[in-house]
Amino acid sequence: MVFVRGFAKMDIIKEATRDGFGKGIVKAGENKDVVVLDADLAESTRSIKFKEKFPERFFDMGIAEMDMVGTAAGLAASGKIPFACSFAVFSTGRAYGAMRLAAISELNVKIVGSHAGLSTGEDGATHQAIDDISLARTLPGMTVIQPGDSLEAEKATLALVNHKGPAYLRLIRGKVPILTKKEDRFEIGKGVIIKKGKDAAIFATGALVHIGLEAAEELNKQNIDAAVVNIHTIKPIDEELIIKMAKETKIIVTAEDHNIIGGLGSAIAEVLAENYPVKMKRIGVNDHFGESGKPEELYQKYGLTKEAIIKAVKDLRREK
Amino acid sequence: MNIEKLKDIASEIRKDILKSTCKAQSGHPGGSLSATDIMVCLYFHKMKHNPKKPNDVNRDRFILSKGHAAPALYACLAHSGYFPIKELDTLRQLGTRLQGHPERTKLPGIEASTGPLGQGLSFANGVALAGKLDKKDYKVYCMIGDGESQEGMIWEAAMTSAHYKLDNLCVILDHNRLQIDGDVADVKNIEPIVDKFKAFGFNVIEIDGHNYEEILNALEKADKIKGKPTMIIANTIKGKGVKSMENKVEWHGKACKPEELDGLCKGVC
Repeated sequence: MVFVRGFAKMDIIKEATRDGFGKGIVKAGENKDVVVLDADLAESTRSIKFKEKFPERFFDMGIAEMDMVGTAAGLAASGKIPFACSFAVFSTGRAYGAMRLAAISELNVKIVGSHAGLSTGEDGATHQAIDDISLARTLPGMTVIQPGDSLEAEKATLALVNHKGPAYLRLIRGKVPILTKKEDRFEIGKGVIIKKGKDAAIFATGALVHIGLEAAEELNKQNIDAAVVNIHTIKPIDEELIIKMAKETKIIVTAEDHNIIGGLGSAIAEVLAENYPVKMKRIGVNDHFGESGKPEELYQKYGLTKEAIIKAVKDLRREK
Repeated sequence: MNIEKLKDIASEIRKDILKSTCKAQSGHPGGSLSATDIMVCLYFHKMKHNPKKPNDVNRDRFILSKGHAAPALYACLAHSGYFPIKELDTLRQLGTRLQGHPERTKLPGIEASTGPLGQGLSFANGVALAGKLDKKDYKVYCMIGDGESQEGMIWEAAMTSAHYKLDNLCVILDHNRLQIDGDVADVKNIEPIVDKFKAFGFNVIEIDGHNYEEILNALEKADKIKGKPTMIIANTIKGKGVKSMENKVEWHGKACKPEELDGLCKGVC
């Protein structure tokens, strides 16, 4: 199913996707099987919202992410629906062995990684997950979701409660414009066209969705009609929509706050190379670790900008 | 079940460990044999479980964190009636339900997929926490290895067991003192292991892991302790029951030759 939104109806309300998760997980708690674990970052990941409402089903695991995800696996094997939360670098990287075993075990473990990407900012490279999508995506059976705004994060959280199997939910610290509407349906595995266009397709995820939309707006002024697609589910990816857009536009640009190796760009390149090869460009972190700085400064320095997306579209048009 | 009968079962389990690993020409007989007597006490005496209802929510659970001892676990499950004993012959072969390391999705009776060491205790904590949440009175047993206790995750998990006062959890450490590269004491010493687990908040009971009275008594004692988890440090012999394999590190991960099998099986004690 494709949901089409009007062009440039960008809401001025901004909110972090972790806040959407905080709202979603409280609603999810109405299901008595939902339990939440956190590794001493409950305030930051917003899992604290669940702790406040359902303290008996909240487990602080201390600064021990492997143990957290391993414990979550045991809870899942006993019929619970655990959400194991920390910063993305820790809930995936530090817990990778436990995450891998949960995937082998086909257990209903939901791993939540907030503060993903360069947008984490001042904490620096050690705390900026640019490899987490890649780690999660390569695990058989693992669903990988990165919402584009807080409303979508709330819906994704609720969708994951009803989704059987292991999943990774990627969230960010910084506020981004709310692009979706309350009534928009969220379906795992389905890309969302937020702007139609015939000349190029920009596939974006997370914080890059609104930047992709700004790029399309700018391109429109230059008589280039670019579509923008929000890929909130990076795995399983919406192959059908990607191929359809490639056939229609012949120009594909991807945009993400993650290493271009292993992330959304790779996922889309894999689909296109095997099904409908067209030239494409990947906007994202170009195989580099980040550093300290304000998120917007880092986005400028590492080329996660609307200008970079615009240039990529124009370059591809010239090369066509 | 009386102790003599349990010992008879243990002899059969030991023979099946030898046979199944021999057939596969791979696997881990040493650490399976050291764990056998404890597993037999659990599966044939202590635990409430029903092979006809492997997912019964009220069952006691056994989590083999040292998953390479799978041949012992598979033999216990087969002799309990979870699957035909002859299926033990398929160990480690393509298409088998008896994977090299246990997988919960493949075979009834396997609670946790294990093998990557250090992870089973965290899993057991999760099962025990769920038991508390659901107000179930099932007991969770978890067997870890001594070499395995070099994994940091064991100690993360140990803190969790004690912090959440998981008195429905009983951990058994199969202390056979050998790991692949040699003596645990030489590779990286874990002693004083009794003091360590005491300091981490466990009710620690040290036993001879091949003495049935001591094993059964320790399991009974664990039931009576409230407010903290129990750790049974079971001093064992790697390769126990097969004289030529006892205390020999080379039998950690090597199967016997087909021509040796009959002789070794006859000598099982």
